Amino acid sequence: MSTQIAEQPWSPSTYKTDEHPIWCPGCGDFGVLDSLYKSLAGLKVPPKDLVVVSGIGCSGRTPGFIKSYGFHSLHGRVLPVALGVKLANPSLHVFGVGGDGDGFAIGGGHIPHAARRNPDMVYIVMDNSTYGLTKGQYSPTSQVGHQAGSTPYGNIEQPLNPLAMLIAYGATFVGQGYSGKPKELTDLITKAAEHKGFAFLNVISPCITFHNTYKVIPPRLKEMPADHDATNRAKAFELALQTEHLLLGVFYQVQQPTFEEGVASVIKKAQAASPPRLEAIFAEFS
Amino acid sequence: MSSNSNANRDLSAVDYVFRVGGEGGEGVISTGEMLTVALARAGFEIYTFRTYPAEIKGGHANYQVRASGKLLLSYGAAVDVLLAFNEEAYQKHIKDVRPGGVVIYDSDSFTPPVNNALIYYAVPMTSLATEKIGVKLTKNIIALGICAQLFDLPFETFQDLLKEKFTRKGETVVQKNLQALQVGADYIKQQPKRDPIRMGRGPRQAKELVLSGNESLALGAIAAGCRIYAGYPITPATDIMEFLARELPKLGGYVVQTEDEISAMGVVLGASFAGKKAMTGTSGPGFSLMTEMMGLAVVAELPAVVVNVQRVGPSTGMPTKTEQGDLYLAMYGGHGNCPRIVMALTSVEDCFYGIMRAFNIAEQFQMPVVVLSDASLGHRKATVPVPDPSKVTVIERRKPSADQMANYKRYQFTPDHVSPMSIPGMEGGGYVAEGLEHNESGYPAASNHENHLRLTQKRYGKFVAVEAISNDLVRLYGDPHPEIGVIGWGATEGVIREAVELAQAKGYSVGALHPKILYPLPLAKLSEFIKGTKAVIIPEVNYTGQFATSLRKRFAIDFVQLNKCIGLPFTPKEILDKIEEVATNVHANRRAAVVPVHL
Repeated sequence: MSTQIAEQPWSPSTYKTDEHPIWCPGCGDFGVLDSLYKSLAGLKVPPKDLVVVSGIGCSGRTPGFIKSYGFHSLHGRVLPVALGVKLANPSLHVFGVGGDGDGFAIGGGHIPHAARRNPDMVYIVMDNSTYGLTKGQYSPTSQVGHQAGSTPYGNIEQPLNPLAMLIAYGATFVGQGYSGKPKELTDLITKAAEHKGFAFLNVISPCITFHNTYKVIPPRLKEMPADHDATNRAKAFELALQTEHLLLGVFYQVQQPTFEEGVASVIKKAQAASPPRLEAIFAEFS
Repeated sequence: MSSNSNANRDLSAVDYVFRVGGEGGEGVISTGEMLTVALARAGFEIYTFRTYPAEIKGGHANYQVRASGKLLLSYGAAVDVLLAFNEEAYQKHIKDVRPGGVVIYDSDSFTPPVNNALIYYAVPMTSLATEKIGVKLTKNIIALGICAQLFDLPFETFQDLLKEKFTRKGETVVQKNLQALQVGADYIKQQPKRDPIRMGRGPRQAKELVLSGNESLALGAIAAGCRIYAGYPITPATDIMEFLARELPKLGGYVVQTEDEISAMGVVLGASFAGKKAMTGTSGPGFSLMTEMMGLAVVAELPAVVVNVQRVGPSTGMPTKTEQGDLYLAMYGGHGNCPRIVMALTSVEDCFYGIMRAFNIAEQFQMPVVVLSDASLGHRKATVPVPDPSKVTVIERRKPSADQMANYKRYQFTPDHVSPMSIPGMEGGGYVAEGLEHNESGYPAASNHENHLRLTQKRYGKFVAVEAISNDLVRLYGDPHPEIGVIGWGATEGVIREAVELAQAKGYSVGALHPKILYPLPLAKLSEFIKGTKAVIIPEVNYTGQFATSLRKRFAIDFVQLNKCIGLPFTPKEILDKIEEVATNVHANRRAAVVPVHL
């Protein structure tokens, strides 16, 4: 291989691929993708060291639109695959992306375990409170009364609260953004990426075709109070539970040992006690 | 004490089955294991079998070890020595003790009825333990002392074992156990020896290991370069995970216990994508969960090794019992046209080399390889020569050349259908591992009909080369051109071989073929073997004959099925009886009885 590596311009276009997004014009996911490009450029993440893992759904197509390594996995399985990537090579920059159905319904069982393991990665959920790819059924974050293909008489189930859930599960970074506020979203993604540990971002990203919330979301948006202490878990939980506003910003952020640091310490402990050779292991069974 | 003189002794005639039975959770299994290691260190070949209750405490447990001066292929037939800790153990196993066999029992616990065909040693194990040692549980060690003395086993071997086992618990515990061993030996010395069983020293001199199938498999995985394992606890596969959790970090690797088996295989695929050799292990219920990930591994063309230590199903089934019931799932589990490799491990030694080959095939062909073991193999211990990893040359996946990297296509069409695979971190190698149908570059092509056919042909095309390997991975036993053929798979190898040898000794023309890769089948070797036979028996530890069914798809003959479905492995006699029955029918110029199979 060539030893001369071309100088990277580190612009958002560095990360653009030839593949054109399949999303409907006006889809919130375009905004998320643009902010992601900008954030990556700002962070100067080399495309060769970037891995974007996704599940299934409209947002699951994201890896194809980012110049990097990508893994378009199975519905709901973003986090296990991303953990495997990070475990295999901790020096990679790992981003998990998916939708609210992918993450909170079919993949919901993986979230608490990713949160408590605390691998150093970013997990972005593009939350549109509907299933866009299957043409508009209610999702785990749909409101009560939401009328859709599978709830013709209105949804009778309470929506779950992703932010409160992730704070409760022990995620070390929990934030919320809006696809229509690209500058703020870019900053938020950058903060999440700079966080050492599992960073969860709920990004409100409206579905223009099956659940158009462009008119109802903006009036409810509000910046995170400037005096919010993000290390205060109880306060973060309180803010996550209020339903009057959709707060944008960092709810919670603390530093805890990452999964990779834990793995490294186990390896160190094991190697201190035993020579790293197969023969030494054989000897235990003679 | 044991004699080192083996002059005038025919050690190949030394062949005894010892069985220990008692309450689960009271040390029956550890007594059996210590006896096993002691017999192995004394120079005997060993072959164990254990059944244990699904309960953690209580229920009946037993552990059997066959020890011999010759190569052992099965867990044996009748029991020579029964060590019964309670009446239930006696009642359950007395029917298996051969006439003239020995019964050692805890006379504090029960008194067996008099049977002149057997030799009894009554030992008040419980009261010796409580009165002389002050610890009731040491009755197990007292029993070992009795065995050491009565059967002339090297006493110092037992002493060493106790020291190794209990040193961590402190010197007092070691001394109490050594004392218990002596109490047992001293007690039995006062009784006249009334049986002829004498072990002494066995013939084996070479350094060998005592390994279970699961341990051997785990060691082989390490030797193959596996450094990441992800799994979820499940009987009878858990000890693979525990073994690797202990050993992998010493080599810079790691074991993740995931939240479920879907996640376990997700971690494996993520790690494989990122360039590491990774494996998961499970049993039937977990393997069912992994089927969606099997499909992803196939379509994204990712190397992965998936071990299924089969147990009785369906559903939760009989978790501690053995069965060969997951072959269909291994071959066909998942939706769509979904080619993967299925291998079956045949013996404790084969677990080591078999898993090394599984990693090689996974890496070489960028496919998932399902490796089938079962409860009987995973949990039995055997003496095996120290494994030699250099016997299997480790293969690494194909990486792109500089030219290929200039215009990199992850799923590039090649003559052997294997495409160079880049790894994150490689400049210019970026691509998306894609679960959607995709084109050569990895871009989704979910609406391109012709492309789907080409990619499906690419994925199945790898089978041509794998089939050549599978034809090299068959074992033949007995007559290579037999009248009566036996074709088995997996852990039945030893017992079939023993039955074939017994049948040959009786004058039958019998041979056995044992493929180690079941999908794709070694068709050339199977054709050659089947061609000259008058009848072919397919023994399987399942109800419907899953392997027989897959053979029927390829060969238009009436295979004779021999199915056992009680959660236990075959005995040599069961297979021998079938061989004799089929041979008699063949010689009477009758077709072997074929039961129509609609299953």
